[in-house]
Amino acid sequence: MTEENREIPGTILFDGPMSTKGYPLNKMCYSFNSVEGREAFKADEDAYCDKFGLTPEQKEAVRERDVLGLLRAGGSIYYLAKFAGLLGLNVQDVGALQTGMTVDDFKAYLDSQGRGKSNG
Amino acid sequence: MARIIGGITTSHIPAIGIAMDRGLENTPYWKDFFAGYPPVRKWLHEQQPDIAIVFYNDHGLEMFLDKKPTFAIGCAPEYHNADEGWGIATIPPVTGETELSWHIANELIEHDFDPTICQDIKVDHGLTVPLSLMWPGHNYGHVKVIPVCINCERHPMPKPSRCYAFGQAIGRAVESFPGDQKVVVFGTGGLSHQLDGERAGFLNADFDIECMDKLITDPEALTRYSNNDLIEIAGAQGVELNMWLGMRGCLLGEVEELHRNYVAPISNTGAGLQLIANH
Ligand SMILES: [Fe+2]
Repeated sequence: MTEENREIPGTILFDGPMSTKGYPLNKMCYSFNSVEGREAFKADEDAYCDKFGLTPEQKEAVRERDVLGLLRAGGSIYYLAKFAGLLGLNVQDVGALQTGMTVDDFKAYLDSQGRGKSNG
Repeated sequence: MARIIGGITTSHIPAIGIAMDRGLENTPYWKDFFAGYPPVRKWLHEQQPDIAIVFYNDHGLEMFLDKKPTFAIGCAPEYHNADEGWGIATIPPVTGETELSWHIANELIEHDFDPTICQDIKVDHGLTVPLSLMWPGHNYGHVKVIPVCINCERHPMPKPSRCYAFGQAIGRAVESFPGDQKVVVFGTGGLSHQLDGERAGFLNADFDIECMDKLITDPEALTRYSNNDLIEIAGAQGVELNMWLGMRGCLLGEVEELHRNYVAPISNTGAGLQLIANH
């Protein structure tokens, strides 16, 4: 198996083909760095998606806040994180959404692998 | 000649910056993490480095997918932070450097590394969180920073072995620079974590500790991993180890680990801290 196509369960490598596929979606999420971008999205989500040329699959995943769907549609987690920020979600919330756990269960899963913490 | 006095590895996740903004350092969740830093701050205060070379990755503030360097180096007199979209407070400007930076750029290209050279870039939490951690209260203005950016977001990414060799080339460039500057090198990010996919939340504390041990005694062993190996063993964002390898490559002398701390989970990551003297 070549380096490019190793299968790692539960993991979608963000590589060239995914970056091509996800370009409009990631470009939109990149615009959420600015308050203007965030406000324009909130004012009219559909129109804002169209402005960046999102595919129907990408628009559907945005509408449904479907993180795994966004990843499959070529989203990069680094840009999706900006979308999550706009929605007021942190990385534990996003982890819970992707794993189907509650946020508390997701945090407990993190803790179960932990080390070196005597508090909290 | 300019001298690399040591290296520091540290996490750079946004949650740290947010915790500092909110004054949460002594809360149960953060206490053990922040307890690791005072000895490193003390060392920096005693040593008074003139220049800090910071290996970081840009998580989508400056280097979007449209033009994304594999390796980049800053040669600017000043760097600005900006809104990253999720509410981490923007920090005051970072002092840059234009002499050693250009010397490194020249030497890198002379020795077959061809980074993108940046005279005007915004720097994100990958670079700013470590500065806030080392010099709380944004008291980092006296240190001249040279940002070195490695692509850790989109495959193909530079290989661990290449990141290490890139660091070695930077280390040799510093050592050939006329002057008496004291230089400290930062490797930021990591350690094990995975943010995306059904496997989100995966950590590997055993591997993180092993990386911290090997970083001191046998860094070449870490360079034998491929990026896919790192993803498998340390999670999709475990490839941020590459910044630690870049830092370690710069330490060409006898190394001595002066301090370490490891706490997991911090947010979704294993958070490692090491202070390494380069004799
Ligand atoms: Fe990072």
